[in-house]
Amino acid sequence: MNENLFASFITPTIVGIPIVILIIAIPSILFPSPTRLITSRLTSLQQWLIQLVLKQLMMMHSIKGRTWSLMLISLILFIGSTNLLGLLPHSFTPTTQLSMNLGMAIPLWAAAVITGFRHKTKMSLAHLLPQGTPVPLIPMLVIIETISLFIQPMALAVRLTANITAGHLLMHLIGGATLVLTSISPATASITFIILILLTILEFAVALIQAYVFTLLVSLYLHDNT
Amino acid sequence: MASVVPVKEKKLMDVKLGELPSWILMRDFTPKGIAGAFQRGYYRYYNKYINVKKGSVTGVTMLLAAYVLFNYCLSYKELKHERRRKYH
Repeated sequence: MNENLFASFITPTIVGIPIVILIIAIPSILFPSPTRLITSRLTSLQQWLIQLVLKQLMMMHSIKGRTWSLMLISLILFIGSTNLLGLLPHSFTPTTQLSMNLGMAIPLWAAAVITGFRHKTKMSLAHLLPQGTPVPLIPMLVIIETISLFIQPMALAVRLTANITAGHLLMHLIGGATLVLTSISPATASITFIILILLTILEFAVALIQAYVFTLLVSLYLHDNT
Repeated sequence: MASVVPVKEKKLMDVKLGELPSWILMRDFTPKGIAGAFQRGYYRYYNKYINVKKGSVTGVTMLLAAYVLFNYCLSYKELKHERRRKYH
């Protein structure tokens, strides 16, 4: 049980060739790009969804911030589809790997902060001090705000990793418990099975919500800095 | 078993059984050829099941089922130990 529990989080390789690259590329198959004006059902559905999400996401940004719309919308699509595909049995979820989430979070956060420092230096430095603080507290507060600024990319990556990994682990554990309990006491097994069903519903929600939260936070950092 | 049309240009359904090895050997196995084969296969599936005006959920479901099978094959080695047998 011990070795099996974390076996689904090992990056898959065939005789040393990492297929994880192929698995990361698979969600793109599910999003066909439209070639015609009137497209198939799948493509029209996706276009409608993307327009809905894009409007909500980009409404609060200035013109300069809206140049990021392609980046943010592809981010939310990627994380959402990867998380949802990870709910299929036996599949490997790339977003459980901290390395990948760090690779997504650090460049995006750094780009937002550096844009802010380049184009509006005074305003980005001013963000380091909340409005209306008493004068004696200022030095300490600046230090605290700087630390919280540098923690942002770490928090982004670790939040996503931890949430998805914890959900998958819980499902493995409770599923294993249900299997073992069926021979001991079917009543407890049925209760555990109901817990498993509820957990699966939660996982579907978490998959989408995590994508949303990641993207929302990046757009928030962007808004601060444009 | 000689035939009038050269083997090279026939489709698979027209090739006679005796000519099958030579037909297989004459296929293009360069990387470009293999990439072309994948592209042709992908577009054949895509145009038949997904790129239609009233596509249904089965087009995507078949893809997801194939993905599940693929991952099952990949993790078979670890799953072997979880069978209910006395001796593993």
